[in-house]
Amino acid sequence: MKLLSLLLAIVSVPAVLVVYIYITEKLIGGRSVRLLPAAGPRSGRAGKSGGAAFLRPWLWLLPSLLLLGVFLLYPVVNTIILSFKNARSIEFVGLANFIHIFTDRGMLIVLRNNVAWLVFFTAGTLGLGLLMAVLSDKVRWEPVAKAAVFIPMAISFVAAGVIWRFMFEFRPAGEVQIGTVNAVLTALIPGFQPRAWLFDKQTNNIALIVVGIWMWTGFAMVILSAGLKGIPTDVIEAARIDGASAWQIFVRIILPLAAPTIAVVATTLMVNVLKIFDIVYVMTNGSLGTEVIANRMYKELFNYRHFGRASAIAVILLVAIAPVMIMNIKRFKESRKSHG
Amino acid sequence: MADIIHTAAIPKGSMGRRLKLRPGAVLVNIVLIVICLFWLLPTVGLLVSSLRPKELIAVSAWWEAFQAPLRFTMENYVNVLSRANMGTSFVNSLMIAIPGTVIPMCIAAFAAYAFSWMQFKGREWLYLVVIALIAVPIQMTLIPVLRLFNNLGITGSFLAVWLAHAAYGLPFSIYLLRNFISQLPQSMLESAFVDGASHPVVFFRLVLPTCLPALASLGIFQFMWVWNDLLVALIYLGGTTDVAPMTVTIANMVNSYGGGWEYLTAAAFISMALPLVVFFALQKYFVKGVLAGSVKE
Repeated sequence: MKLLSLLLAIVSVPAVLVVYIYITEKLIGGRSVRLLPAAGPRSGRAGKSGGAAFLRPWLWLLPSLLLLGVFLLYPVVNTIILSFKNARSIEFVGLANFIHIFTDRGMLIVLRNNVAWLVFFTAGTLGLGLLMAVLSDKVRWEPVAKAAVFIPMAISFVAAGVIWRFMFEFRPAGEVQIGTVNAVLTALIPGFQPRAWLFDKQTNNIALIVVGIWMWTGFAMVILSAGLKGIPTDVIEAARIDGASAWQIFVRIILPLAAPTIAVVATTLMVNVLKIFDIVYVMTNGSLGTEVIANRMYKELFNYRHFGRASAIAVILLVAIAPVMIMNIKRFKESRKSHG
Repeated sequence: MADIIHTAAIPKGSMGRRLKLRPGAVLVNIVLIVICLFWLLPTVGLLVSSLRPKELIAVSAWWEAFQAPLRFTMENYVNVLSRANMGTSFVNSLMIAIPGTVIPMCIAAFAAYAFSWMQFKGREWLYLVVIALIAVPIQMTLIPVLRLFNNLGITGSFLAVWLAHAAYGLPFSIYLLRNFISQLPQSMLESAFVDGASHPVVFFRLVLPTCLPALASLGIFQFMWVWNDLLVALIYLGGTTDVAPMTVTIANMVNSYGGGWEYLTAAAFISMALPLVVFFALQKYFVKGVLAGSVKE
């Protein structure tokens, strides 16, 4: 039964699309094809060559536009409206939901945690990713070193959560420590008291952020490494001949030249960290002061059934991410210009 | 963005060779080895633990497994597959991830072609909307879409997650494929049109076969994304166990079993097995997808 619906889904969707394209092509009766360059100037004749050339793009875009409209565009508008309504989305309550978010003590902890994630996760991942990109370039076993760091990108946050719960496992002092972190520290540091990393309010947020860094450093490394390899070698060679040290070359030449790539990585990391959900859900479920925005929204939605506040939280997330969306658009427009 | 993809393909430059035998080389190697060990250790610990008998996991650290007498077992895997619903969940994960990859790719390919090689009013701004949508947090869509699914009565069915993943994956899929398709040589398409080929013929016979590498990258990336997803499944499947994918099942196990490490370690490794195989077999394509995805969400 399951297999049947699986086959149906992956065969029928492409099949229906192919049939759809050919039938609409017949219906609009498109014969003559006028090829237009991807980024070229508008020819001004599109309208004159008849209905086919006018209709065809829209028919090809229709499936995409339907999905995007129903599942992304309409919901975004709807959520913004809901954020000004009450728990059951019946009456408008003005800014009450937003005022609650910025005054409630629990919510302020959530916002504090997100700022901590934003700062430490981004800095840690970027720093380690850059270190790996620079160092791995200097050894023969570069592919192996990169693969080792990149592996966590392939697994789910849930699996990573299990892995790290096991790493942070705590047993009271005197018992055998089966968690790697406590075992190593008690073995190395005389008199070290094992800690409940995930339950201790002083360490639990940092412990979670470590998991995030472990997962995403590979991403930063791969992109930064590609960027660094694009730096022309003659510039570096010239600096070396002039007697610049490896550190000077790194700070004065490599970093400035890699700045655009670093900016891309940093913004991507920031967008992702703002939406972080899975790690916290699996490892602490937001208890003991570890809640973040996405987890709080989930609770407002399913535990407290307060759709107004849940929507308001989502809107705050969107506003925080909006600058990155604008940057993406700007970057696209610039690349358009530079390609003519 | 296309530049990032291209630089990835540049073979290892001369930077490596220049610095290889400098005095700091030993230090570089040591630092790298330490980082790599630190990165691998958590996963290795999980794998070793999952192969140890239940009574040993709880009383001794995992590296003691390598002291005599060696005692390894597959019983944790047998137990977790038969008792803890993991077998069903594995099938469910496939049920979700395969259509969740195929559907958006098919739909996106048509749109990417239209954005690349057809002229129409509003093409520019419509494409800007697609790019903007790449970064929209899916949290913004959860409540309205959940209500829609409830009204349609499909909450808790595979159809709901297929639709959701198809829509959420579309903006990035269109973006990645358009980058590739719009850079095909114009002369190639022009000569086909001169020979009297129609748009559908050019698309199916010429464009699709040419962009197989891009489709491969996108497919792997989207598959991993859906396979590893927790939030979408959690929300739209509503905790129904017989449709739950592995991420949801494991998350439930963590919350209810607490420290049942013999189950958790085996379950986590089962969920990682397929992505790891895909990763090692198709690393090149996956990394390309990630590079192109540096604007994704």
